[in-house]
Amino acid sequence: MDAILLQTLNGLDKGSAYALIALGLTLIFGTLGVVNFAHGALFMIGAFCAVTLQRVLSLSYETIDETQKDFLGNPLKVKTPYVESWFGPDVGGAIIEWSVPLALLFAIPIMIGVGFAMERGLIKHFYKRPHADQILVTFGLAIVLQEVVKYFFGANPIQTPPPDALNGVANVGIIFGMDIVYPVWRLVYFLFSLLIIGAVFAFLQFTTFGMVVRAGMADRETVGLLGINIDRRFTIMFGIAAAVAGLAGVMYGPINAPNYHMGMDFLVLSFVVVVVGGMGSLPGAVLAGFLLGILESYASTTWATTTIPGINQIIIYLVAIVVLLTRPRGLMGRKGVMED
Amino acid sequence: MLGLNSKDFRLFLVVIGLTLFAPVLLNPFPTESGLAQFNAGYPDLMQRFVIFGIFAIGFNILFGLTGYLSFGHAAFLGVGSYAAVWMFKLLSYNVLPAIALSVIVAAIFSLAIGFVSLRRSGIYFSILTLAFAQMSFALAYSVLSNPKFNLTNGETGLQVYNDDPQIFHSDRLPDLPHLFGLSMRASTDIALGPWTFTLNAGYYLSAVFMVAAFYIAIRLFRSPFGMMLRAIKTNQTRLNYTGLNSRPYTLAAFVISGAYAGLAGGLLAAMDPLAGAERMQWTASGEVVLMTILGGAGTLIGPILGSGLIKYFENIFSKINDDVLHSWFAFMPDGLEDAMVFIVHPFVGKGWHLTLGIVFMLVVIFLPGGLVEGGQRLWRWITGANRKKSDDQDTKHAPHAAE
Repeated sequence: MDAILLQTLNGLDKGSAYALIALGLTLIFGTLGVVNFAHGALFMIGAFCAVTLQRVLSLSYETIDETQKDFLGNPLKVKTPYVESWFGPDVGGAIIEWSVPLALLFAIPIMIGVGFAMERGLIKHFYKRPHADQILVTFGLAIVLQEVVKYFFGANPIQTPPPDALNGVANVGIIFGMDIVYPVWRLVYFLFSLLIIGAVFAFLQFTTFGMVVRAGMADRETVGLLGINIDRRFTIMFGIAAAVAGLAGVMYGPINAPNYHMGMDFLVLSFVVVVVGGMGSLPGAVLAGFLLGILESYASTTWATTTIPGINQIIIYLVAIVVLLTRPRGLMGRKGVMED
Repeated sequence: MLGLNSKDFRLFLVVIGLTLFAPVLLNPFPTESGLAQFNAGYPDLMQRFVIFGIFAIGFNILFGLTGYLSFGHAAFLGVGSYAAVWMFKLLSYNVLPAIALSVIVAAIFSLAIGFVSLRRSGIYFSILTLAFAQMSFALAYSVLSNPKFNLTNGETGLQVYNDDPQIFHSDRLPDLPHLFGLSMRASTDIALGPWTFTLNAGYYLSAVFMVAAFYIAIRLFRSPFGMMLRAIKTNQTRLNYTGLNSRPYTLAAFVISGAYAGLAGGLLAAMDPLAGAERMQWTASGEVVLMTILGGAGTLIGPILGSGLIKYFENIFSKINDDVLHSWFAFMPDGLEDAMVFIVHPFVGKGWHLTLGIVFMLVVIFLPGGLVEGGQRLWRWITGANRKKSDDQDTKHAPHAAE
């Protein structure tokens, strides 16, 4: 029982990353009809927003402390981050420590800006071209973004530790009277993803803007004929999708140290998730994200891997193949979306 | 000639000539000169040119001709490599049975995957092939290398060990892949003044295969079967409405391109008897997509150009470091020199992928027909054909680009 709960938690955790990326992908596909292979790169850029903020905050100046000696016997050089000298060691230290959550604030405008630039600068010109061209150009863009990040940050993963308060482990089993120890940050990630997913759905469901966007997703032409500038709203949705991917990336940093190709690794899986969920279906993407995450983590248990060796490596693809062949529209796909 | 019309025959002769004299043509700079690092005429790289040329020609039959964008073609390349190395391990280092088996195995494998994937088209097809390839990669990387049933040797890569059976191996034969005793690494250096040209057995073997593959591709492009594939690319729904079942055609195209990939994989193993799972990873599949698009999807010569260009970039561009850059811009005043080096630096050496990505994007955006279309446009611009036939240019152009 403990093991099942633990694997469920693991799965929800993995699934939340899949769900967030798949949600963004589906938003873009559902509104603009573009298959965005650069979405993984947006996830990666988000993670590197956290890295950048961390570096900026730890910018420091050196002072020589004559009273102390380093191991060579020279006067000790003490590095003091500017933030600490401005706000005092307590507040400054806290700011540095909380750099990952702070990066969320910093990442939202950046990601929305990146999203706007991508849509207006490049993807806009590809609406009328075949899907294959859209895949190819965004694939090229993903390579370029990845290489730019590699140029500035190097090829090695960069640690972005979570704040100390959220760094430990917690016993989540206590509620059920069991003993399950789980990293706090992963729980935070799961809750965070629920929050973001809820926010996106609420935005689409309960605001006028969201209503117009949903109408546009259903029938773009008619909404345009009603005198609504649907293109501009779709551009904004692209920015929001980019922000969702970026925020998922920021929060993912402490779980796996960001490196320049993390986006591509996630992208392949996220596409599978989108297809399983049903192209263009937002609830489908979220559902499939969590489902596949949980399936993957169940398949990683020793029992599963000894029964069928390697099942944990292939389960997601296997499920995708079965779903695509038996339910071509995916779990919750709508009629008429990408039927060709 | 050979069942080709005169235009195709000329193209075929050009390709034969280029591959035959590649060791000379790719070594235009004297060995001692500063530009010698741009020489691509060394065996290892030339082998890659032709082998990946085969891979891209095969991919083009599926993507360029039939319009199905597969994102998992590297799986067939990898399977071909594994099959070839297994032949080395079991029989002998002779490359012919190895290559034959790699083609057959890849064809069977692609038949199975194609049978399933081709039930869907468009983006779904791309994702299905991607899923299959990633699955094969994961299997080859971990599962199929367990001690009881070691088919792929996992992370280390499959290679020939001393205690392998090799039943047809004898002491007279070289301990390397060979063709009836002629080692694939055998090469002759020809010194001609300041130039040195290396003629390598492995390269010429691969080149023979590539020329044959190219010939088959031309015949296929011009055959009724090829017309059918084009019809599928243009409008599959309409084709289905005429009462034709397009599935056998797409499946045949898929298997042919899978067999081409297997041939390329077998040749890769024949040049270097080692097969690793990373050959099947989806980045490798992406690479062949880049090659085909860059050269010109749907054209005959495009894929070969594209693969040559990418492999050249990968091997030559990546070697340019800051010292080389400084020597290039040495004629400038110091400040300007440093500035130029600073500007160029991100695009060469380790950053060559950046250049590749940018070039690829530019090609997709402005030249959907790839370098071949670029060449045609340039040619028309030089000869002034645009001005003469500007009226019927659109009607003329469309079938031209599709060739």
